[in-house]
Amino acid sequence: MANGMLSRRGLLTRGAALIGCSAAAHPLMSTVTFASAPWEERLVVLILRGGMDGLDVVRPVGDPAYGELRRTMLDSKKAEAGLPLDGYFEMHPDLAPLAPLWQAGQLGFAHAVSTPYRNKRSHFDGQDILEAGTGLDVPDETRRDGWLNRMLQTVGGMESETAFAIGRDELKVLQGKAPVFNWSPDAALTVTPQSRLLLEKIYHEDALFRDAALEAIDLAEMARPAGTDGAMTEAPKGNANSVTNLAAFAAERLTQETRIAAFSLNGWDTHRKQENAIRGALGDLSETILTLKKGLGPVWAKTTILAMTEFGRTVRENGSGGTDHGTGGAMLMAGGAIRGGRVFGKWPGLDDASLYEGRDLMPTADVRSYAAWAMRGMFGIDRTLLERDVFPGLDMGSDPGLLL
Amino acid sequence: MQESTIAAIRFGLGLGPGQQPETAAEILASLQTEDRVAQAYPTITYERAEELSRLHKETLDALKKREPGADDAHGKIKREINLLKPETLRAVFARAMDTEAPLRERLMYFWLDHFTASTQKQPTAPFGPAYMDGAIRANITGTFADMLKAVVVHPQMLYFLDQPSSIGPGSKIGKRQGRGLNENLAREVLELHTLGVGGAYTQTDVREFAKLLTGLFVRASDGFSYRHDFAEPGAETILGETYGGAKKASLEEIFEFLDDLAIHPDTARHVAGKLVVHFVSDLPDPDLVSHVAEAWMDSGGDLMTVYAALLNHPGAWVATGLKARQPLDFLISGLRALGLSGEQVMTMDKKLWAPLIVSQLDVMGQPFMRAKGPDGWDEAAEAWINPLGLATRIRWSMTMPQKISKTLGIPLADPRSFVLTALGDAASPGLIWAVGASETESQAMGLVFASPEFNRR
Repeated sequence: MANGMLSRRGLLTRGAALIGCSAAAHPLMSTVTFASAPWEERLVVLILRGGMDGLDVVRPVGDPAYGELRRTMLDSKKAEAGLPLDGYFEMHPDLAPLAPLWQAGQLGFAHAVSTPYRNKRSHFDGQDILEAGTGLDVPDETRRDGWLNRMLQTVGGMESETAFAIGRDELKVLQGKAPVFNWSPDAALTVTPQSRLLLEKIYHEDALFRDAALEAIDLAEMARPAGTDGAMTEAPKGNANSVTNLAAFAAERLTQETRIAAFSLNGWDTHRKQENAIRGALGDLSETILTLKKGLGPVWAKTTILAMTEFGRTVRENGSGGTDHGTGGAMLMAGGAIRGGRVFGKWPGLDDASLYEGRDLMPTADVRSYAAWAMRGMFGIDRTLLERDVFPGLDMGSDPGLLL
Repeated sequence: MQESTIAAIRFGLGLGPGQQPETAAEILASLQTEDRVAQAYPTITYERAEELSRLHKETLDALKKREPGADDAHGKIKREINLLKPETLRAVFARAMDTEAPLRERLMYFWLDHFTASTQKQPTAPFGPAYMDGAIRANITGTFADMLKAVVVHPQMLYFLDQPSSIGPGSKIGKRQGRGLNENLAREVLELHTLGVGGAYTQTDVREFAKLLTGLFVRASDGFSYRHDFAEPGAETILGETYGGAKKASLEEIFEFLDDLAIHPDTARHVAGKLVVHFVSDLPDPDLVSHVAEAWMDSGGDLMTVYAALLNHPGAWVATGLKARQPLDFLISGLRALGLSGEQVMTMDKKLWAPLIVSQLDVMGQPFMRAKGPDGWDEAAEAWINPLGLATRIRWSMTMPQKISKTLGIPLADPRSFVLTALGDAASPGLIWAVGASETESQAMGLVFASPEFNRR
């Protein structure tokens, strides 16, 4: 059928060689080579969607106002004691699996951070701003690409495999002009050799389908756990899109050519019965970090994980044992490359006069500055590029000393 | 390519074992028949949507006051609301299976996308199906003005584009509470629904239109109302014409402007262009667009006249394949090609329905009535046929036909004849050869569904 008007996506250079594929015996089975990435350091960005309650995850028990603000939650019969961090802060007990990392200096937090987003407290807008990495002064239409993608653009010459957006969720943080792969391990496209041959045949004349299928099969090959040759088209058993699978896939890619991976962890919007509601999310977060550590092996030493959320939550608990959308919150960092075992940031205090709009934790630092310093340290990107192109309008301030 | 093939693939829901219109005249006639499938597979009424939204609020308030039994009452309403989404999707599929007027279904998807209004929050969710059937489907063969008016005052759209928080700064409430305009609805109506982003309007027109729209209000406790105490007093001048201002502001002034807007030449051009892009090609033939836009202007936006102009133009009958089927269209055409009935869709076990359709729409990137932005779904083939999207389609193709056949106990057709049932003379010799060269029946069926011919239209 006529479809000559449609151009191929032009994403991958390797596809171009196959435009005139008549001579190629097995274009769908072609092996792919990638240019080596420019760095050895690995960066994993986790977007915690829903607004993580930083005050519950990293509890400022040293602040005299804290106990009263969270009385019902802390006094509940089921509540377990927090895990002491530095004498002032305690960690939520559901993060106990990560305690050894804290001891080893491979887990840290930054408190009282936020994006520049203020006042409307919408998840949708808050996540947009977090992922775009811009201020509020930037017009909507320029918020189409994400800060991780702009970072790749400043370096230039990237191969798609350098960066992976993982999972089915849209990840604006990695969208933009620089090539990135987007794959979900649950796609599990493994077909028999005969099916490949026949798919090749039916896609042969249609460049859009041919290139998409070629890339899909290559990506699926990468995604398949080592040692399986997959004669099935079925999805893996269990919840294929579970955080364990996403993290295992990310680790697998990061031990090879990939240097940057991003994915979402959902379930932080704890308006009701927070002590139950947050358990799953914290469990996913712990599981993700430990799965990455395990899968990365020696590469863990070069890895930085940054977990960021769109906003914090109200300092006071609400009437249903939860918290509502707020402003200042916490971010988590982990990995063998960080100088952890510390809670970074300037604590604003929880007395009424110190709160933002009388209800939220007052942000004392821009969450982007921590990401910027991490990229400065890991990839050697100029401060001017970071403050102008990656995070337009950001003042990075002084180096918090995040990395070893 | 045969006219009947083009009729089914471009203006219908694909070929299949059932009877369907085969010419422009038959397609147009089918739109004038009674909407039997909507009667057979109804969704909820507007009144019931209002009631559910109100009950959600009342039971939640009771719960907050810790009234006895409130937990159960609220839980019951929540469950009912949560069921609406999958039930509506079932009805949409069931209608598509049984219809003898497939263009009506396609037009409903088109207009639902043109007037995208996604609300997912529980208290507002009941309005979704009522919007689909009451504002969109009921007006498919009427005038564009009627559809536009029904959409602009519908709670689904009002909630989606923040209209309840837009208050005339000079109105009683605006002055008392120091509140003001939210331009969201005004801007999107001009930019997306009518004139188009290149249309002849300015920021001042958006602002004035936003003032005119003040008063449109909806809340869970008592549904839609026109609030005089929200409405900006005085006349508004939009696109050079003056509306209202004489006495008390009213809904009529808003309708008056929407009537004019519906027959503005920029609206005709913009929406005619969208129709041609949606049905024919991502790169539309300018002659065809002009022809449809002229019919729009000559008929005062009478939609049957507009469809007739599209269908009776030779530019609409070039060979198919210029576009990609969006996921909803792909899945519906798939089930129709397999010959499923509406009844089979309605009674299908949830254990099959969820992985077969509901989660597929999500993973293929088109969750039903949940487009992220007000601009709706992407039209470009490249937006859908990318590695992740195509991989998902290939997997569905290779596994689901087998699963449907096994679970419902219907024998699969011989793939060699099925390729012609599903694609007619749109099937290329290469595809017919590959189907015959398959190792297994499920592989052969999979190739038909995964083929460019089946995924394009």
